[in-house]
Amino acid sequence: MALLEVSGLSKTFGGVRAVQDVSFAVEPGVVYAVIGPNGAGKTTLFNLITGIYTPCVGEIRLGGQPVTSLPPHALARLGMGRTFQNLQICMNMTAIENVMVGGHLSLDRNLIKGMLRFPAVRRADAALRERAAALMARVGLGDQLDVPAASMSYGGLKRLEIARALAATPRILFLDEPAAGFNPKETAEIAVLVREIADSGITVVLVEHDMKMVMSISDRILVLNYGKRLAEGTARDIRADPEVIAAYLGTAA
Amino acid sequence: MRRARIGLLVLAAILLALPLALPNAFYFDVVNRMAINAIVVLGLNLLIGFAGQISLGHAGFFGIGAYASAVLTTHFGWSPLAALVAGAVAAALLALAIAPPIFRLRGHYLAMATLGLGIVISIVIRNEATYTGGPDGMPVPPLAAFGFEIGGEREWYWVLAGLLLFSVWACQNLIDSPFGRALRALHGSEVASQVVGVDVTRYKVTIFALSAFFASIVGSLSAHYVGFVTPNCAEFFHSVELLTMVIVGGMASVFGSVIGAVLLTALPQALATIEGWETVAFGVILIVSMIFLPKGLVPTLAAKIGWGR
Amino acid sequence: MLAQLLQFVFSGLTVGATYALAALGFTLIYNASHVINFAQGEFIMLGGILTVVFLASGLPLPVAILLALLIPAVAGVVIEKLTIEPAKGAGVESLIIITIGASLVVRGLVQVWFGKGAATFPAFSGSTPIAVAGAALAPQSLWVLGSMAVIVVALWLFFSRTIAGKGILATAVDPLAAQLVGINTQRVLLVSFALAAAIGAAGGILLTPITMTSYDVGIMLGLKGFVAAVVGGLGSGPGAVIGGLLVGVIEALTAGYVSSAYKDAVPFVLIFVILFFMPRGLLGPKTTERV
Repeated sequence: MALLEVSGLSKTFGGVRAVQDVSFAVEPGVVYAVIGPNGAGKTTLFNLITGIYTPCVGEIRLGGQPVTSLPPHALARLGMGRTFQNLQICMNMTAIENVMVGGHLSLDRNLIKGMLRFPAVRRADAALRERAAALMARVGLGDQLDVPAASMSYGGLKRLEIARALAATPRILFLDEPAAGFNPKETAEIAVLVREIADSGITVVLVEHDMKMVMSISDRILVLNYGKRLAEGTARDIRADPEVIAAYLGTAA
Repeated sequence: MRRARIGLLVLAAILLALPLALPNAFYFDVVNRMAINAIVVLGLNLLIGFAGQISLGHAGFFGIGAYASAVLTTHFGWSPLAALVAGAVAAALLALAIAPPIFRLRGHYLAMATLGLGIVISIVIRNEATYTGGPDGMPVPPLAAFGFEIGGEREWYWVLAGLLLFSVWACQNLIDSPFGRALRALHGSEVASQVVGVDVTRYKVTIFALSAFFASIVGSLSAHYVGFVTPNCAEFFHSVELLTMVIVGGMASVFGSVIGAVLLTALPQALATIEGWETVAFGVILIVSMIFLPKGLVPTLAAKIGWGR
Repeated sequence: MLAQLLQFVFSGLTVGATYALAALGFTLIYNASHVINFAQGEFIMLGGILTVVFLASGLPLPVAILLALLIPAVAGVVIEKLTIEPAKGAGVESLIIITIGASLVVRGLVQVWFGKGAATFPAFSGSTPIAVAGAALAPQSLWVLGSMAVIVVALWLFFSRTIAGKGILATAVDPLAAQLVGINTQRVLLVSFALAAAIGAAGGILLTPITMTSYDVGIMLGLKGFVAAVVGGLGSGPGAVIGGLLVGVIEALTAGYVSSAYKDAVPFVLIFVILFFMPRGLLGPKTTERV
């Protein structure tokens, strides 16, 4: 059974149809890429699925359970994680604290216990800190644990986004342009990382402009154009699809 | 955290040594008022500085505590401790009741809603003169519990100093706890906290209620300490004073709250001679610190000497 | 019965017109800069107090009024120059706090200079009430409502017929785009503050013969003006006017039929109701936040 099923999803912003009747399904453990020209509705699609926007029409199922219009924090509880294209990092905190926020749901968040410094809370927090440090090492930030996020480089922040999302131990992870702004070497590193994440059992849905990366790591690819589904299939199918070629190169199909 | 604990020890040492340096009851009184303000400001800073949510009506909660202690003991024969708890619970419940719609709002709507709440509370206090004495205020009996009665500036000093130390310790713990981290995270990026499972509204509501609870308790203590309450304690200007303390000391800074309270409690003593100038001074301080020292004194100084937060 | 209702409505519309003017002031500045100017109420206070002072110094009424409009306008420009401009780029909360600071300075200075007493001056054209269907309508109420109508029409003409007005509207919609087509957005901000201050002051001048004034009336009037702006839908001019009149009438009806002691609480309870059930107010723009 598919882990994520999206059927007939549409979203309109004051007359602009950002996403129109999009349907697709993602099998567990795969890397599923969503591509399309700028303004094709990729990020809007992510925002709809992860609960940031409410869809006008359509249904979303996660593990067979309907999750349409649930708020983001409820979706996180069900195992949905994501990163942001435009970087949503808490600049008022250190790098590792950002990652630890990702592990929020695994902790006892009781206010009184926290205020009175209950030993059990402290121990769990220390354990999370170690886990967060390991995740930071995994994304290549092992030497920046206690650096204030505000003083980190763009590339560091992009990696931090991934570490934070992983700290939540999601079943399905949405990565919005994880390699944007990276040079070829860094992009290759991210590609390896994404593949590793998927191989560890976390399903990855990816929006990315770097076609080399998309083609090399994706199991399936969905192509959007003007908010509509243009094509779907394996990398080979997509490369050969005349409509996709037309949309990207602007020639008549 | 280690630095925070050093700060706590320094504060404890100062509080222990201070009575030796204070020449008379007048100075004890000033320090006691500083402590009272510092505790409220600590709670308010959790809301404004750490969670990033403004409140312009916090004096209202202070007023609820003050008047609970005054009215319930005087007119209904409650024990001061029961009245204090009742006031704090009432303030927290009121905060919980109105917070969910309020915290769906942002920025100026939030400022407006909290301000409106404070004004409604102070209007009630002014109007229910049968119980509250109206604009003239009313006397409050001394704080007595378990057969002890706290009287005089010196006895109060130890009570308030102890409470201040506890509050600083509890705030430090809270900020460093999972709850506090989520709170700071939603200030940093609301959407990022949401997608990792932070129920943002719930956190805002909880911290709002907690700071209301704190404010009410301190309002009660302050009423017993002064022995008299007037509606001024619940009014807009008091809310602005508290806000100024948060900002001058430093948003999201525990010791900033204490320093802000100390400085701005001392200020009116210095300006007491000319009415009106106090208002001007608070206004100028607000503007100047917002423009030139937006992070507040303590964080700015800490950054200067390379101490971080 | 009906006469009594009418009486309450008259007094509600009169005070509501002042709220409407204050709300227009909020709207002007909000549209130009997304700043909520918490000092708006102090302009209302300044208008009333300055007229009292100039009349007492022997100036004729029209001159006194003119000065009482001009000085707050200058004060508005000074506040913008001295406090808003240097804080460019600060967050909404910071700007709110700054304008609160400005309002404290204005109020404190007036308190020092003028004292704490209440003051007033005679109504513009006597105080013999006009009987309307059994209710008494004060001539000053007509002045208030009439002046509000004139100001509203003038604003409408300014915004729809003049280049300066259209420049302000353009800045409201998209400051960057406005700048790109050559609009001096900095001046737009100054003009907005001056206009907002003068309009607020006009409300204060008109209302003073009815309700008196003192150094501390600004907070309440300003806040109620803000409530009116929110009720009408923040950013909407017509909304500000409707919101102001509505808040005034509801307040007067509460004072008449429920409790006059609690009339000041009405706008603040109302704002909860409005924000709870229609967060964009009556005529506010519909927007979707983008991430």
